[in-house]
Amino acid sequence: MSTHVLVTGIGLLTANGVGVEQFWAALQEGVSGLASLSRFDASGYPARLAGEIKGFRAPDHLPGRLLAQTDVSTQYALVAADWAVQDAKIAPGDYLDYEMGVVTANASGGFEFTHREFRKLWTLGPQAVSVYESFAWFYAVNTGQISIRNCLRGPSSALVAEQAGGLDAIGHARRTIIRGTPMMVTGGVDSALDPWGWVSQLSGGRVSPVTDPASAYLPFDVAASGYVPGEGGAILTLENADAARARDAQRNYGEIAGYGTTFDPQPASGRPNGLGRAAEIAMAEAEVTPTEIDVVFADGAGVPELDRAEAETIVRLFGPGGVPVTASKALYGRLYSGAGPVDVVTALLSIRDGRIPPTPSGAGPVAGYDIDLVTRVRPASVACALVLARGKGGFNSALVVRRS
Amino acid sequence: MALVSTDDLRRVLREVTGESPDDVDEASFLETSLEQLGYDSLALMEAAARIQQEFGVRLADDDVFRIGTPRELLRFVNDAAATGR
Repeated sequence: MSTHVLVTGIGLLTANGVGVEQFWAALQEGVSGLASLSRFDASGYPARLAGEIKGFRAPDHLPGRLLAQTDVSTQYALVAADWAVQDAKIAPGDYLDYEMGVVTANASGGFEFTHREFRKLWTLGPQAVSVYESFAWFYAVNTGQISIRNCLRGPSSALVAEQAGGLDAIGHARRTIIRGTPMMVTGGVDSALDPWGWVSQLSGGRVSPVTDPASAYLPFDVAASGYVPGEGGAILTLENADAARARDAQRNYGEIAGYGTTFDPQPASGRPNGLGRAAEIAMAEAEVTPTEIDVVFADGAGVPELDRAEAETIVRLFGPGGVPVTASKALYGRLYSGAGPVDVVTALLSIRDGRIPPTPSGAGPVAGYDIDLVTRVRPASVACALVLARGKGGFNSALVVRRS
Repeated sequence: MALVSTDDLRRVLREVTGESPDDVDEASFLETSLEQLGYDSLALMEAAARIQQEFGVRLADDDVFRIGTPRELLRFVNDAAATGR
Protein backbone atom coordinates (compact mmCIF):
# COMPACT_ATOMS: atom_id res chain seq x y z
CA MET A 1 0.00 0.00 0.00
CA SER A 2 1.11 3.52 -0.76
CA THR A 3 2.64 5.75 1.91
CA HIS A 4 0.97 8.78 0.36
CA VAL A 5 -2.00 10.13 2.29
CA LEU A 6 -4.47 12.30 0.42
CA VAL A 7 -7.20 14.66 1.55
CA THR A 8 -10.32 13.60 -0.33
CA GLY A 9 -13.17 15.41 1.44
CA ILE A 10 -13.69 18.53 3.55
CA GLY A 11 -16.44 19.81 5.83
CA LEU A 12 -15.90 23.17 7.51
CA LEU A 13 -17.70 25.79 9.61
CA THR A 14 -16.23 29.10 10.77
CA ALA A 15 -17.47 32.58 11.60
CA ASN A 16 -16.78 33.92 8.14
CA GLY A 17 -18.03 30.97 6.16
CA VAL A 18 -20.10 27.83 6.49
CA GLY A 19 -18.84 25.33 3.92
CA VAL A 20 -15.50 25.37 2.13
CA GLU A 21 -16.20 27.64 -0.81
CA GLN A 22 -18.05 30.29 1.21
CA PHE A 23 -15.17 30.28 3.70
CA TRP A 24 -12.49 30.51 0.99
CA ALA A 25 -14.23 33.38 -0.79
CA ALA A 26 -14.46 35.34 2.47
CA LEU A 27 -10.84 34.59 3.31
CA GLN A 28 -9.47 35.83 0.00
CA GLU A 29 -11.44 39.08 0.36
CA GLY A 30 -10.13 39.50 3.90
CA VAL A 31 -13.71 39.43 5.22
CA SER A 32 -13.75 39.09 8.99
CA GLY A 33 -16.34 37.11 10.92
CA LEU A 34 -15.47 38.71 14.28
CA ALA A 35 -18.22 40.64 16.02
CA SER A 36 -19.79 41.33 19.42
CA LEU A 37 -20.99 38.18 21.14
CA SER A 38 -24.67 37.57 20.50
CA ARG A 39 -24.95 34.13 22.09
CA PHE A 40 -25.38 35.65 25.54
CA ASP A 41 -25.17 39.09 27.16
CA ALA A 42 -21.43 39.66 27.45
CA SER A 43 -21.62 43.34 28.40
CA GLY A 44 -20.27 42.66 31.88
CA TYR A 45 -17.10 40.92 30.69
CA PRO A 46 -13.72 42.49 29.87
CA ALA A 47 -13.79 40.92 26.38
CA ARG A 48 -16.91 40.82 24.22
CA LEU A 49 -15.81 39.85 20.71
CA ALA A 50 -15.94 36.39 19.22
CA GLY A 51 -15.98 34.54 15.92
CA GLU A 52 -19.51 33.14 16.05
CA ILE A 53 -20.81 30.88 13.31
CA LYS A 54 -23.83 32.51 11.67
CA GLY A 55 -26.63 31.23 9.51
CA PHE A 56 -26.40 27.65 10.69
CA ARG A 57 -29.27 25.75 12.30
CA ALA A 58 -28.41 22.32 13.61
CA PRO A 59 -32.02 21.02 13.30
CA ASP A 60 -31.74 21.52 9.53
CA HIS A 61 -28.94 18.96 9.44
CA LEU A 62 -29.31 16.51 12.32
CA PRO A 63 -32.17 14.39 13.71
CA GLY A 64 -33.85 15.32 16.98
CA ARG A 65 -32.42 12.27 18.70
CA LEU A 66 -28.87 13.54 18.16
CA LEU A 67 -29.71 17.15 19.01
CA ALA A 68 -30.96 16.15 22.45
CA GLN A 69 -27.71 14.44 23.40
CA THR A 70 -25.08 16.70 21.88
CA ASP A 71 -23.34 19.94 22.67
CA VAL A 72 -23.22 22.54 19.89
CA SER A 73 -19.55 21.70 19.24
CA THR A 74 -20.48 18.09 18.58
CA GLN A 75 -23.32 19.18 16.30
CA TYR A 76 -20.84 21.21 14.24
CA ALA A 77 -18.44 18.24 14.17
CA LEU A 78 -21.15 15.79 13.06
CA VAL A 79 -22.31 18.07 10.26
CA ALA A 80 -18.73 18.78 9.16
CA ALA A 81 -18.08 15.02 9.06
CA ASP A 82 -21.26 14.48 7.02
CA TRP A 83 -20.13 17.14 4.57
CA ALA A 84 -16.61 15.69 4.33
CA VAL A 85 -17.87 12.18 3.61
CA GLN A 86 -20.33 13.54 1.04
CA ASP A 87 -17.60 15.68 -0.52
CA ALA A 88 -15.36 12.62 -0.82
CA LYS A 89 -18.29 10.64 -2.27
CA ILE A 90 -17.40 7.62 -0.21
CA ALA A 91 -20.12 5.13 -0.99
CA PRO A 92 -21.40 2.26 1.16
CA GLY A 93 -19.27 -0.74 0.26
CA ASP A 94 -16.16 1.25 -0.71
CA TYR A 95 -14.62 0.24 2.60
CA LEU A 96 -15.44 -2.22 5.36
CA ASP A 97 -16.43 -0.60 8.63
CA TYR A 98 -13.14 -1.75 10.20
CA GLU A 99 -11.21 -0.07 7.39
CA MET A 100 -12.41 3.39 8.43
CA GLY A 101 -11.42 5.13 11.65
CA VAL A 102 -11.85 8.51 13.32
CA VAL A 103 -9.39 10.68 15.19
CA THR A 104 -10.47 14.12 16.29
CA ALA A 105 -8.98 16.74 18.54
CA ASN A 106 -10.91 18.63 21.16
CA ALA A 107 -9.81 21.37 23.52
CA SER A 108 -12.87 22.36 25.48
CA GLY A 109 -15.43 19.57 25.23
CA GLY A 110 -19.12 20.34 25.59
CA PHE A 111 -19.24 23.56 27.59
CA GLU A 112 -22.65 24.92 26.66
CA PHE A 113 -24.46 21.61 27.23
CA THR A 114 -22.68 21.11 30.54
CA HIS A 115 -23.37 24.65 31.69
CA ARG A 116 -27.10 24.02 31.14
CA GLU A 117 -26.88 20.83 33.16
CA PHE A 118 -25.02 22.63 35.96
CA ARG A 119 -27.83 25.16 36.06
CA LYS A 120 -30.38 22.36 36.40
CA LEU A 121 -28.25 20.69 39.08
CA TRP A 122 -28.13 23.79 41.23
CA THR A 123 -31.72 24.91 40.71
CA LEU A 124 -33.66 21.65 40.36
CA GLY A 125 -31.40 19.07 41.97
CA PRO A 126 -29.43 16.06 40.68
CA GLN A 127 -32.50 14.20 39.40
CA ALA A 128 -32.97 16.86 36.75
CA VAL A 129 -29.51 16.46 35.23
CA SER A 130 -29.67 14.79 31.83
CA VAL A 131 -28.23 11.31 31.54
CA TYR A 132 -26.66 12.49 28.27
CA GLU A 133 -24.31 14.75 30.22
CA SER A 134 -22.43 11.52 30.95
CA PHE A 135 -20.83 11.80 27.53
CA ALA A 136 -21.89 15.11 25.99
CA TRP A 137 -19.12 16.95 27.84
CA PHE A 138 -16.03 14.92 27.21
CA TYR A 139 -13.22 15.27 24.71
CA ALA A 140 -13.78 11.98 22.94
CA VAL A 141 -17.43 12.60 22.18
CA ASN A 142 -16.89 14.01 18.69
CA THR A 143 -14.89 10.92 17.73
CA GLY A 144 -17.56 8.72 19.31
CA GLN A 145 -20.58 10.34 17.73
CA ILE A 146 -18.94 10.58 14.28
CA SER A 147 -17.98 6.92 14.57
CA ILE A 148 -21.53 5.85 15.48
CA ARG A 149 -23.28 8.00 12.89
CA ASN A 150 -21.02 6.85 10.05
CA CYS A 151 -20.39 3.26 11.23
CA LEU A 152 -16.65 3.75 11.41
CA ARG A 153 -15.17 0.86 13.41
CA GLY A 154 -11.48 1.22 12.56
CA PRO A 155 -8.74 2.54 14.90
CA SER A 156 -10.10 5.66 16.56
CA SER A 157 -9.06 8.10 19.23
CA ALA A 158 -9.30 11.65 20.53
CA LEU A 159 -6.38 13.99 21.14
CA VAL A 160 -6.24 16.96 23.47
CA ALA A 161 -3.45 19.52 22.99
CA GLU A 162 -5.30 22.86 23.02
CA GLN A 163 -4.57 24.75 19.81
CA ALA A 164 -2.05 22.14 18.57
CA GLY A 165 -4.43 19.19 18.81
CA GLY A 166 -6.02 19.66 15.42
CA LEU A 167 -2.69 19.12 13.65
CA ASP A 168 -1.96 16.18 15.95
CA ALA A 169 -5.23 14.55 14.92
CA ILE A 170 -4.43 14.90 11.23
CA GLY A 171 -0.86 13.71 11.84
CA HIS A 172 -2.12 10.70 13.73
CA ALA A 173 -4.70 9.95 11.03
CA ARG A 174 -1.88 9.97 8.50
CA ARG A 175 0.15 7.62 10.69
CA THR A 176 -2.84 5.29 11.08
CA ILE A 177 -3.36 5.14 7.33
CA ILE A 178 0.31 4.33 6.76
CA ARG A 179 -0.04 1.56 9.34
CA GLY A 180 -2.80 -0.04 7.25
CA THR A 181 -6.21 1.60 7.73
CA PRO A 182 -7.17 2.97 4.30
CA MET A 183 -9.56 5.74 5.32
CA MET A 184 -9.64 8.08 8.31
CA VAL A 185 -12.05 10.84 9.24
CA THR A 186 -10.10 13.49 11.12
CA GLY A 187 -10.00 17.10 12.26
CA GLY A 188 -11.18 19.19 15.16
CA VAL A 189 -14.05 21.42 16.22
CA ASP A 190 -14.43 23.55 19.34
CA SER A 191 -17.08 25.88 20.70
CA ALA A 192 -17.27 27.37 24.18
CA LEU A 193 -19.31 30.53 23.71
CA ASP A 194 -21.52 30.34 26.78
CA PRO A 195 -20.83 32.36 29.96
CA TRP A 196 -18.92 29.57 31.70
CA GLY A 197 -16.93 28.70 28.57
CA TRP A 198 -16.27 32.41 28.10
CA VAL A 199 -14.78 33.01 31.53
CA SER A 200 -12.70 29.87 31.11
CA GLN A 201 -11.19 31.30 27.96
CA LEU A 202 -10.68 34.74 29.51
CA SER A 203 -8.88 33.16 32.46
CA GLY A 204 -6.09 32.11 30.10
CA GLY A 205 -5.00 35.73 30.02
CA ARG A 206 -4.49 35.89 26.27
CA VAL A 207 -7.85 37.12 24.97
CA SER A 208 -7.72 40.67 23.59
CA PRO A 209 -9.67 43.34 25.52
CA VAL A 210 -9.88 45.57 22.44
CA THR A 211 -13.47 46.33 21.52
CA ASP A 212 -13.11 47.06 17.81
CA PRO A 213 -13.39 43.83 15.77
CA ALA A 214 -11.03 45.19 13.13
CA SER A 215 -8.19 45.70 15.57
CA ALA A 216 -8.64 43.12 18.31
CA TYR A 217 -6.80 40.20 16.73
CA LEU A 218 -3.71 41.23 14.77
CA PRO A 219 -0.99 38.56 14.78
CA PHE A 220 2.58 39.90 14.47
CA ASP A 221 1.28 43.48 14.41
CA VAL A 222 2.67 46.45 16.31
CA ALA A 223 -0.82 46.72 17.85
CA ALA A 224 -1.16 43.04 18.76
CA SER A 225 -3.19 42.70 21.95
CA GLY A 226 -4.14 39.04 22.16
CA TYR A 227 -6.59 36.91 20.24
CA VAL A 228 -10.32 36.72 19.69
CA PRO A 229 -11.86 33.29 20.42
CA GLY A 230 -13.94 31.65 17.75
CA GLU A 231 -15.99 28.51 17.28
CA GLY A 232 -15.92 25.96 14.53
CA GLY A 233 -13.34 23.86 12.77
CA ALA A 234 -12.99 21.34 9.99
CA ILE A 235 -13.33 17.61 9.46
CA LEU A 236 -11.45 15.95 6.62
CA THR A 237 -11.46 12.54 5.02
CA LEU A 238 -7.95 11.20 4.49
CA GLU A 239 -7.27 8.17 2.33
CA ASN A 240 -4.36 6.03 1.34
CA ALA A 241 -3.54 7.08 -2.23
CA ASP A 242 -3.80 3.53 -3.59
CA ALA A 243 -7.13 2.95 -1.86
CA ALA A 244 -8.50 6.25 -3.14
CA ARG A 245 -7.48 5.30 -6.68
CA ALA A 246 -9.00 1.83 -6.29
CA ARG A 247 -12.42 3.28 -5.45
CA ASP A 248 -12.06 5.88 -8.19
CA ALA A 249 -12.09 8.83 -5.79
CA GLN A 250 -12.85 12.02 -7.68
CA ARG A 251 -11.46 14.48 -5.17
CA ASN A 252 -7.83 14.99 -4.31
CA TYR A 253 -7.17 18.24 -2.51
CA GLY A 254 -3.55 17.39 -1.83
CA GLU A 255 -1.26 15.35 0.35
CA ILE A 256 -0.51 15.37 4.06
CA ALA A 257 3.21 14.84 3.59
CA GLY A 258 4.78 15.20 7.01
CA TYR A 259 3.98 15.72 10.68
CA GLY A 260 6.02 16.71 13.71
CA THR A 261 5.16 17.40 17.32
CA THR A 262 7.18 18.49 20.34
CA PHE A 263 6.66 19.73 23.86
CA ASP A 264 8.28 22.85 25.30
CA PRO A 265 10.75 22.70 28.18
CA GLN A 266 9.79 24.28 31.51
CA PRO A 267 9.59 28.07 31.14
CA ALA A 268 12.40 28.78 33.61
CA SER A 269 14.82 26.35 32.00
CA GLY A 270 16.19 28.81 29.47
CA ARG A 271 16.07 26.13 26.77
CA PRO A 272 14.45 27.04 23.46
CA ASN A 273 10.82 26.25 22.73
CA GLY A 274 10.05 23.21 20.60
CA LEU A 275 8.24 24.86 17.68
CA GLY A 276 11.21 24.92 15.31
CA ARG A 277 11.99 21.30 16.03
CA ALA A 278 8.39 20.27 15.28
CA ALA A 279 8.68 22.03 11.92
CA GLU A 280 12.01 20.31 11.20
CA ILE A 281 10.56 16.91 12.01
CA ALA A 282 7.58 17.52 9.72
CA MET A 283 9.78 18.74 6.85
CA ALA A 284 12.16 15.80 7.31
CA GLU A 285 9.26 13.33 7.10
CA ALA A 286 7.99 15.09 3.97
CA GLU A 287 11.55 15.04 2.62
CA VAL A 288 11.50 18.76 1.88
CA THR A 289 14.01 21.46 2.71
CA PRO A 290 12.94 24.93 3.88
CA THR A 291 13.56 26.33 0.38
CA GLU A 292 10.76 24.12 -0.93
CA ILE A 293 8.17 25.58 1.46
CA ASP A 294 6.14 28.24 -0.35
CA VAL A 295 4.12 29.58 2.58
CA VAL A 296 3.92 29.21 6.35
CA PHE A 297 0.52 29.26 8.04
CA ALA A 298 1.55 30.56 11.43
CA ASP A 299 0.01 29.81 14.79
CA GLY A 300 -0.47 33.56 15.08
CA ALA A 301 -1.31 33.89 18.77
CA GLY A 302 -1.47 37.70 18.57
CA VAL A 303 0.20 37.94 21.98
CA PRO A 304 3.43 39.97 21.52
CA GLU A 305 5.80 37.58 23.35
CA LEU A 306 4.36 34.60 21.48
CA ASP A 307 4.41 36.42 18.15
CA ARG A 308 8.06 37.24 18.74
CA ALA A 309 8.93 33.65 19.63
CA GLU A 310 7.16 32.35 16.55
CA ALA A 311 8.76 34.97 14.27
CA GLU A 312 12.20 34.08 15.63
CA THR A 313 11.53 30.41 14.92
CA ILE A 314 10.43 31.14 11.36
CA VAL A 315 13.50 33.31 10.73
CA ARG A 316 15.78 30.62 12.16
CA LEU A 317 14.32 28.06 9.74
CA PHE A 318 13.84 30.21 6.63
CA GLY A 319 16.03 33.28 7.04
CA PRO A 320 14.80 36.90 7.38
CA GLY A 321 11.86 37.44 5.02
CA GLY A 322 12.64 34.02 3.63
CA VAL A 323 9.09 32.73 3.18
CA PRO A 324 5.61 34.29 2.99
CA VAL A 325 3.87 33.99 6.37
CA THR A 326 0.17 34.38 7.02
CA ALA A 327 -2.28 33.96 9.92
CA SER A 328 -5.61 34.29 8.16
CA LYS A 329 -7.20 32.67 11.21
CA ALA A 330 -7.40 36.20 12.64
CA LEU A 331 -10.38 36.70 10.31
CA TYR A 332 -12.53 34.11 12.11
CA GLY A 333 -10.96 33.69 15.54
CA ARG A 334 -8.78 31.28 17.43
CA LEU A 335 -10.49 27.89 17.14
CA TYR A 336 -8.35 25.73 19.44
CA SER A 337 -8.64 22.22 18.06
CA GLY A 338 -10.38 23.59 14.97
CA ALA A 339 -7.48 25.88 14.08
CA GLY A 340 -5.06 23.35 12.66
CA PRO A 341 -7.60 21.59 10.41
CA VAL A 342 -8.95 24.89 9.08
CA ASP A 343 -5.38 26.03 8.37
CA VAL A 344 -4.75 22.74 6.54
CA VAL A 345 -7.85 23.38 4.41
CA THR A 346 -6.62 26.93 3.78
CA ALA A 347 -3.23 25.55 2.74
CA LEU A 348 -4.84 23.08 0.34
CA LEU A 349 -6.95 25.84 -1.24
CA SER A 350 -3.89 28.09 -1.52
CA ILE A 351 -2.20 25.26 -3.41
CA ARG A 352 -5.26 24.71 -5.61
CA ASP A 353 -5.87 28.36 -6.51
CA GLY A 354 -2.36 29.85 -6.24
CA ARG A 355 -3.39 32.49 -3.73
CA ILE A 356 -2.27 33.19 -0.16
CA PRO A 357 -5.03 34.71 2.03
CA PRO A 358 -4.19 37.78 4.10
CA THR A 359 -3.53 38.41 7.78
CA PRO A 360 -5.52 41.40 9.02
CA SER A 361 -3.17 44.18 10.02
CA GLY A 362 -3.39 47.39 11.98
CA ALA A 363 -0.32 49.58 12.28
CA GLY A 364 1.68 46.93 10.43
CA PRO A 365 3.93 43.98 11.33
CA VAL A 366 6.66 44.59 13.90
CA ALA A 367 9.71 45.43 11.78
CA GLY A 368 12.07 43.60 14.10
CA TYR A 369 10.31 40.28 13.47
CA ASP A 370 11.83 40.14 9.96
CA ILE A 371 9.02 38.06 8.50
CA ASP A 372 7.30 38.52 5.14
CA LEU A 373 3.76 38.83 6.51
CA VAL A 374 1.04 38.59 3.86
CA THR A 375 -1.41 41.39 4.63
CA ARG A 376 -3.24 41.49 1.29
CA VAL A 377 -4.29 38.44 -0.70
CA ARG A 378 -1.23 37.44 -2.72
CA PRO A 379 -1.14 35.45 -5.95
CA ALA A 380 1.65 32.91 -5.62
CA SER A 381 2.62 29.51 -6.91
CA VAL A 382 2.10 27.31 -3.87
CA ALA A 383 3.12 23.67 -4.12
CA CYS A 384 4.11 23.01 -0.52
CA ALA A 385 2.95 24.65 2.72
CA LEU A 386 3.97 24.41 6.37
CA VAL A 387 1.23 24.71 8.99
CA LEU A 388 2.20 25.53 12.58
CA ALA A 389 0.22 25.38 15.80
CA ARG A 390 1.08 25.99 19.46
CA GLY A 391 -1.17 24.84 22.29
CA LYS A 392 -1.17 26.62 25.63
CA GLY A 393 0.84 24.60 28.10
CA GLY A 394 3.71 23.76 25.78
CA PHE A 395 2.33 21.90 22.76
CA ASN A 396 3.91 22.47 19.33
CA SER A 397 2.80 20.79 16.14
CA ALA A 398 3.64 21.15 12.47
CA LEU A 399 2.27 19.66 9.27
CA VAL A 400 3.58 19.80 5.70
CA VAL A 401 0.83 19.92 3.09
CA ARG A 402 1.73 19.36 -0.56
CA ARG A 403 0.22 19.44 -4.00
CA SER A 404 -0.48 15.88 -5.06
CA MET B 1 -57.96 6.54 35.95
CA ALA B 2 -54.35 5.79 35.19
CA LEU B 3 -51.91 8.42 36.34
CA VAL B 4 -49.76 8.24 33.23
CA SER B 5 -51.46 7.93 29.83
CA THR B 6 -50.10 6.71 26.52
CA ASP B 7 -50.00 10.30 25.30
CA ASP B 8 -48.05 11.31 28.41
CA LEU B 9 -45.49 8.62 27.67
CA ARG B 10 -45.15 9.61 24.01
CA ARG B 11 -44.65 13.22 25.07
CA VAL B 12 -42.04 12.32 27.70
CA LEU B 13 -40.10 10.20 25.20
CA ARG B 14 -40.18 13.00 22.64
CA GLU B 15 -39.10 15.64 25.14
CA VAL B 16 -36.20 13.76 26.67
CA THR B 17 -34.77 12.12 23.58
CA GLY B 18 -35.65 14.56 20.85
CA GLU B 19 -37.09 11.64 18.93
CA SER B 20 -40.81 11.41 18.36
CA PRO B 21 -42.76 8.16 18.20
CA ASP B 22 -45.62 10.09 16.56
CA ASP B 23 -45.47 8.27 13.27
CA VAL B 24 -46.41 4.99 14.97
CA ASP B 25 -50.12 4.42 15.68
CA GLU B 26 -51.12 3.90 19.29
CA ALA B 27 -51.67 0.14 19.12
CA SER B 28 -48.32 -0.50 17.45
CA PHE B 29 -46.59 1.91 19.79
CA LEU B 30 -47.83 0.08 22.88
CA GLU B 31 -46.73 -3.37 21.67
CA THR B 32 -43.40 -2.60 19.96
CA SER B 33 -40.33 -2.99 22.12
CA LEU B 34 -38.77 0.29 23.21
CA GLU B 35 -35.51 -0.86 21.68
CA GLN B 36 -37.17 -1.37 18.31
CA LEU B 37 -38.77 2.06 18.61
CA GLY B 38 -35.21 3.41 18.79
CA TYR B 39 -34.87 4.09 22.51
CA ASP B 40 -31.62 2.84 24.00
CA SER B 41 -30.85 2.30 27.67
CA LEU B 42 -29.81 5.93 28.18
CA ALA B 43 -33.03 7.18 26.65
CA LEU B 44 -35.01 4.96 29.02
CA MET B 45 -33.06 6.17 32.03
CA GLU B 46 -33.76 9.71 30.99
CA ALA B 47 -37.46 8.96 30.51
CA ALA B 48 -37.61 7.28 33.93
CA ALA B 49 -36.04 10.36 35.55
CA ARG B 50 -38.62 12.60 33.88
CA ILE B 51 -41.51 10.35 34.90
CA GLN B 52 -40.30 10.50 38.47
CA GLN B 53 -40.05 14.29 38.33
CA GLU B 54 -43.45 14.80 36.71
CA PHE B 55 -45.53 12.06 38.25
CA GLY B 56 -43.67 11.25 41.45
CA VAL B 57 -43.31 7.58 40.58
CA ARG B 58 -39.88 6.12 41.13
CA LEU B 59 -38.43 3.62 38.65
CA ALA B 60 -35.22 1.92 39.71
CA ASP B 61 -32.60 1.29 37.01
CA ASP B 62 -33.19 -2.46 37.33
CA ASP B 63 -36.91 -1.97 36.69
CA VAL B 64 -36.20 0.16 33.65
CA PHE B 65 -33.99 -2.44 32.02
CA ARG B 66 -36.53 -5.23 32.58
CA ILE B 67 -39.33 -3.33 30.84
CA GLY B 68 -39.72 -4.23 27.18
CA THR B 69 -42.64 -2.33 25.65
CA PRO B 70 -44.49 0.93 26.32
CA ARG B 71 -47.48 -1.12 27.50
CA GLU B 72 -45.30 -2.78 30.15
CA LEU B 73 -43.81 0.56 31.15
CA LEU B 74 -47.23 2.18 31.58
CA ARG B 75 -48.54 -0.78 33.54
CA PHE B 76 -45.50 -0.72 35.82
CA VAL B 77 -45.70 3.02 36.41
CA ASN B 78 -49.46 3.11 36.99
CA ASP B 79 -49.39 0.06 39.30
CA ALA B 80 -46.65 1.71 41.32
CA ALA B 81 -48.63 4.96 41.49
CA ALA B 82 -51.79 3.12 42.57
CA THR B 83 -50.04 1.28 45.39
CA GLY B 84 -48.33 4.47 46.51
CA ARG B 85 -44.76 3.38 45.87
